[in-house]
Amino acid sequence: MGLSPDIWQPIALSIELAIVSTLLLLLIATPLAWWLARSSCWWKEGIATFVAIPLVLPPTVLGFYLLVALGPHGPGGWLAGLWGGRTLAFTFEGLVIGSVLYSMPFMVQPIRNAFEAMGDRPMEVAATLRASPWRAFWTVAVPMARPGFLTGAVLGFAHTIGEFGVVLMIGGNIPGKTKVLSVAIFDYVETDQWAEAHLLAGGMVVFSFAVILSMRLIEKRFARGTQ
Amino acid sequence: MTAPGRIEVAFRGTVGRFSLDAGFDVPAAGVTAIFGPSGCGKTTVLRCIAGLQRVADGTCAVDGAVWQNGAIFQPPYQRPIGYVFQEASLFAHLSVRGNLLYGAPKDAKGQSFDEVITLLGLAPLLDRAPHNLSGGERQRVAIGRALLSQPRLLLMDEPLSALDRQSKDEILPFLERLHATLALPVIYVSHDMAEVERLADHLVLMAAGRVLASGRLAALQSDISLPLAQGREAAVSLEAVAESYDAADGLAKFSVDEGAFQVPSPPIAVGERRRLRILAGNVSLATSPQRSTILNVLPARILSASESSLHEVTAVLGLGQDGNGARLLARITRRSWNLLGLSEGMPVLAQVKGVALTDRQA
Repeated sequence: MGLSPDIWQPIALSIELAIVSTLLLLLIATPLAWWLARSSCWWKEGIATFVAIPLVLPPTVLGFYLLVALGPHGPGGWLAGLWGGRTLAFTFEGLVIGSVLYSMPFMVQPIRNAFEAMGDRPMEVAATLRASPWRAFWTVAVPMARPGFLTGAVLGFAHTIGEFGVVLMIGGNIPGKTKVLSVAIFDYVETDQWAEAHLLAGGMVVFSFAVILSMRLIEKRFARGTQ
Repeated sequence: MTAPGRIEVAFRGTVGRFSLDAGFDVPAAGVTAIFGPSGCGKTTVLRCIAGLQRVADGTCAVDGAVWQNGAIFQPPYQRPIGYVFQEASLFAHLSVRGNLLYGAPKDAKGQSFDEVITLLGLAPLLDRAPHNLSGGERQRVAIGRALLSQPRLLLMDEPLSALDRQSKDEILPFLERLHATLALPVIYVSHDMAEVERLADHLVLMAAGRVLASGRLAALQSDISLPLAQGREAAVSLEAVAESYDAADGLAKFSVDEGAFQVPSPPIAVGERRRLRILAGNVSLATSPQRSTILNVLPARILSASESSLHEVTAVLGLGQDGNGARLLARITRRSWNLLGLSEGMPVLAQVKGVALTDRQA
């Protein structure tokens, strides 16, 4: 069967995008989730809501605003100017920014829940054992919230792999740069390459199944360990 | 206000809807119990001492070091405390060993790991996970964890109240031994007078966010103006020394200040110190010697008395002809009090029907 030889390119690109985005998400979502879980600030729910907006917003709407923001006349264009570019739209970096915003709620929510479920007590215990807040965070809060981190990372990763609307708006369809899996499937159907579309689509079904299954197993294991 | 050898605290402020105005000054040695009914602010005071809670108007100085005063506020992790919470609160992600070593400095000087393991009987538990321990075992690990952080003050918030009777009985001897082995001041919050009588040297009585009285346990127990002496379980704790042991009858003779008691006891060496507990309801009074089955009849003098209820009188007695010895409480009916024509200052014979011997080595 004569499969198109460049079918692996969108797969590799999607995985690369998902890895970079997930790592960035961990970096941003962890302090954010901690603050949302611990702060008694009255406006924190406003921030939480803002972060959660991508859950209900049509991806094309988010993509549209991102396109404006990343374009030559937006902050993204200014940022790109720092290294001699003209725009962040239609670049891999732009896709990363889009993915991070789009997948943020999937990362923040489980981590926040895990921090909240822990309560104040473990941090108090750590403090009475001479642990500074910084040490207590890394040696108590993070290990205890491990299931939340795993769930968040898996969801964030999977969600980035599958995104379509945002990518189409800000990434276009540039092979090797912005042509990710979901866009490639769309492309193959458009150009009547059904064998390739089937392969990618079927692969995504298997991938999704594996993701949900592994998450359930992880949760089960941790539920047993912490009783 | 920063005397060495003292624990001086005063906390004033509102915590939630609760108003707190509590201060006391006790020696930084031995066990100080904070006693009072649930919701009287005992735990809040303890949390303030630890720095886990901050009231605006608070001072806290321990053995010459100021932890809080005006703008000075040391965060809890900079205070040399050990804190045992009501629930053990072990770290679920660490083994028993990991929990024990979490707060232990690398170059431990004071309590060594092996000492604490032996004292609390933790050796068989070291590699277990916290969720595989019983309630009593968990609380023992929590106590060990606090001790190994090399504290200079141990704070315990009702460490036994979440446990069943059996686990309590398992831990109390450890706490009594703790006191005998370590020279570590302890502040122990409790609403259980039986625990306090076994463990405490000093007592801080609290009610509704205020301190009613503080001082030596024995002094507060026999203070007729405090609710303690009027309660159903009113009792005194006496420090006693074993004088002799009669193996035939299984009786030990213990001497206290200006008196002696014969108490059923397992064999005990002469000179050993024990704490005796005598309930007010187990002491009756006579004006002349009479034949009776009561072993312990001691000359004493009535120092003061007050009516505890419609039909009862509680009297404070001082042992010895002049009443200068150890204090006892006697709970008798008002009718007997009037029939015998008893009054303050009168010499009497105290007939003591029951003396409880605690394991605590005084």
